[in-house]
Amino acid sequence: MQLTILLATLLILTVIGFHMGRSRAVSTAVSGIGHLNSLPSYYGIYVAVWCGVPAGVVLILWLLFEPQVVETLVVAGLPEAARTLPENKLDLLLNDIRNLAVGNIVSRDVDPEMQRAADHYASIRRMGGAAMIGVVLALAVAGIGFGRKAISPELRARTRIENVLMVFLIGCSTIAILTTVGIVLSLLFESLRFFQLVSPVEFLFGLEWSPQTALREDQVGSSGLFGSVPLLAGTALISFIAMCVAVPVGLLSAIYMSEYAASKVRSAVKPLLEILAGIPTVVYGFFAALTVAPFFRESGNLFGIGISSESALAGGLVMGIMIIPFVSSISDDVISAVPQSLREGSLGLGATKSETIRRVILPAALPGIVGGILLAVSRAIGETMIVVMAAGLAANLTANPLEAVTTVTVQIVTLLVGDQEFDSAKTLAAFALGLVLFFITLILNVAALSVVKKYREQYE
Amino acid sequence: MFRENMEADVTFDSDDAGRFDPDTDDAYSSTEEMAVVESPPKIISRGVDVFYGDTQALFGVDIDIRPNEVTALIGPSGCGKSTFLRCLNRMNDIIDGCSVRGSITLDGRDIYAKSVDTVHLRARVGMVFQKPNPFPKSVYDNVAYGPKIHGLATDKDDLDAIVHSSLERAGLLDEVKDRLHEPGTGLSGGQQQRLCIARAIAVEPEVILMDEPCSALDPIATSKIEDLIDEMRNNYTIVIVTHNMQQAARVSQRTAFFHLGKMIEYGHTDTIFTNPNEVRTRDYITGRFG
Ligand SMILES: Nc1ncnc2c1ncn2[C@@H]1O[C@H](COP(=O)(O)OP(=O)(O)OP(=O)(O)O)[C@@H](O)[C@H]1O
Ligand SMILES: [Mg+2]
Repeated sequence: MQLTILLATLLILTVIGFHMGRSRAVSTAVSGIGHLNSLPSYYGIYVAVWCGVPAGVVLILWLLFEPQVVETLVVAGLPEAARTLPENKLDLLLNDIRNLAVGNIVSRDVDPEMQRAADHYASIRRMGGAAMIGVVLALAVAGIGFGRKAISPELRARTRIENVLMVFLIGCSTIAILTTVGIVLSLLFESLRFFQLVSPVEFLFGLEWSPQTALREDQVGSSGLFGSVPLLAGTALISFIAMCVAVPVGLLSAIYMSEYAASKVRSAVKPLLEILAGIPTVVYGFFAALTVAPFFRESGNLFGIGISSESALAGGLVMGIMIIPFVSSISDDVISAVPQSLREGSLGLGATKSETIRRVILPAALPGIVGGILLAVSRAIGETMIVVMAAGLAANLTANPLEAVTTVTVQIVTLLVGDQEFDSAKTLAAFALGLVLFFITLILNVAALSVVKKYREQYE
Repeated sequence: MFRENMEADVTFDSDDAGRFDPDTDDAYSSTEEMAVVESPPKIISRGVDVFYGDTQALFGVDIDIRPNEVTALIGPSGCGKSTFLRCLNRMNDIIDGCSVRGSITLDGRDIYAKSVDTVHLRARVGMVFQKPNPFPKSVYDNVAYGPKIHGLATDKDDLDAIVHSSLERAGLLDEVKDRLHEPGTGLSGGQQQRLCIARAIAVEPEVILMDEPCSALDPIATSKIEDLIDEMRNNYTIVIVTHNMQQAARVSQRTAFFHLGKMIEYGHTDTIFTNPNEVRTRDYITGRFG
């Protein structure tokens, strides 16, 4: 509540700063606005930045560090006996003090010592809040004053604003990069912890995956085998089946759309295909599990072939359908990017349309198409939902598409659902799998991007 | 040099003075050096209208294109030269919403008749484009492309021979002898354009259409191609679009002047450049508009 009002005030001050800066700029320009270095509104923004940014930064820092500071102060005010408590007990005590101060239920009897601490806590909070408001508003006002003083016709407000903007943009991209780095690092560290429990050799080359570890020492039958080969093989098998569906269908429909379809058809079909990309994968998943997989089993029975009700074939097939729009829209872009002059050159020599496509357009577009397919593969590898529903959880090491297999992503999910100890090998295995997956898709993406880039240079 | 001649001996009295009338046999009678014995026209176009959607780009174009001659199409930008050229091998078919009316015959056969296969037509009427457009393949494969799809070569040696002679006739062989298997896109602009010409003649066409073949080239490459065109005239019928008046005067035997989608005047190049019947032709050639 207090904070909202403070933020609103800060905003209003900033707006006021803007107007003051602008009017000041106009009034300092004795000999007309043309004499100013920048347009008046730039001076307005300049003052507004001086008003809002330092105050805002201080506010954020304050909010970040206030709890720690308050805590230290409260602890310092506690009697000797409480101060020397072990850390987790002290935390509990502090929690109670906090609750008492705001009038919540407290988990122990309130003694006067505690009451005093709670009052202390409350008063520090109050003071802190007031100080924060004071400091922030003072900074804002000082900022207006400073910025306004600095305004003169020579001040290059425009370039200053440009710099501020650049710093802001750098800040934003840093956040994105840091987040990624953070995720990768956490994957890496947790994986290292996993590799202390299970040797990397066993993990990378082991042929069996059954991650049930013993909960108690005396438990039997839960050896905990962490060989990732069946998972990788399952991923490869399903992705392969998916690509067998997606590449021909996607590529051929792209060729149809970019070379044969009248523009009317094209403008109708393209959005339709894009809708296919918009269907949530869960929907594909239950389509696979409830329609496609049973259909396969039934038709298998008809011919006397045993097809399990969860099969790599069903999962891969539906995943392939899901990926069609990726392949087709990338291929379509790439094929359309082949210069019209090449088509005319070939047609002008008396080649038919299909000869032109086969001998000129596809070879020219091939690198781009390969890039698109690699991107689609990394998409297939990362897909989870469809496989969970249609291909099963059994970590079979098989190349038979009619059996149930499982994939890396599915195992990550099953490792982490339900109540888990956070430091068991089972949980940590998820991080190691994630790391492997990350590397595979990274390599695929880098390969795809470099291929696509090479293709781009070809016509320049 | 043209201007002097023109202003000396031409008087422009009426718009009708030089109207081309295709139906009268003596359409060319006003041009002085018309030979009495002439082979029949290779291509005859009569009343060709072209529409891009609803807008009409060509209005009733009548032209007789003679065999073993170079016919130049000139006129200001947007007047329909390329459009007309592309009618001659039905290249306009591949443009959405483009429709052609009127008749165009090649050796007396209507090329827009239902029975005509555009693939065959384009093999007979080859085309070289404004911007060199070699395929992203090797020099050899560029030239071999046409013969391969039309099955002109019986074996590898045959194909080699065709490729070599085509490159030879396009005046490119000496320059690319050692790099037949390097990409055609790696050649210089002028070489690329000659490669495209070699590619076109490898299919043994009867007519070659060229749409501003030198507009992207420097003067040296241009003069090489002009020499080539002059030489090719012995074996082919050539139609060339150009913005370069000197080029038209140098390489062509007949010139057609287009303006705003109409063919204004058509005749012997010498006549068109020295003694045109139309004010607009003279103004364009002397650089007064366009
Ligand atoms: N694909 C097309 N779609 C619609 N209109 C077109 C198309 N191509 C050409 N036109 C129009 O037809 C007219 C004739 O164009 P054309 O390309 O034949 O001119 P041009 O004489 O070759 O000009 P330039 O000398 O600039 O090449 C122009 O008005 C042009 O805008
Ligand atoms: Mg043109």
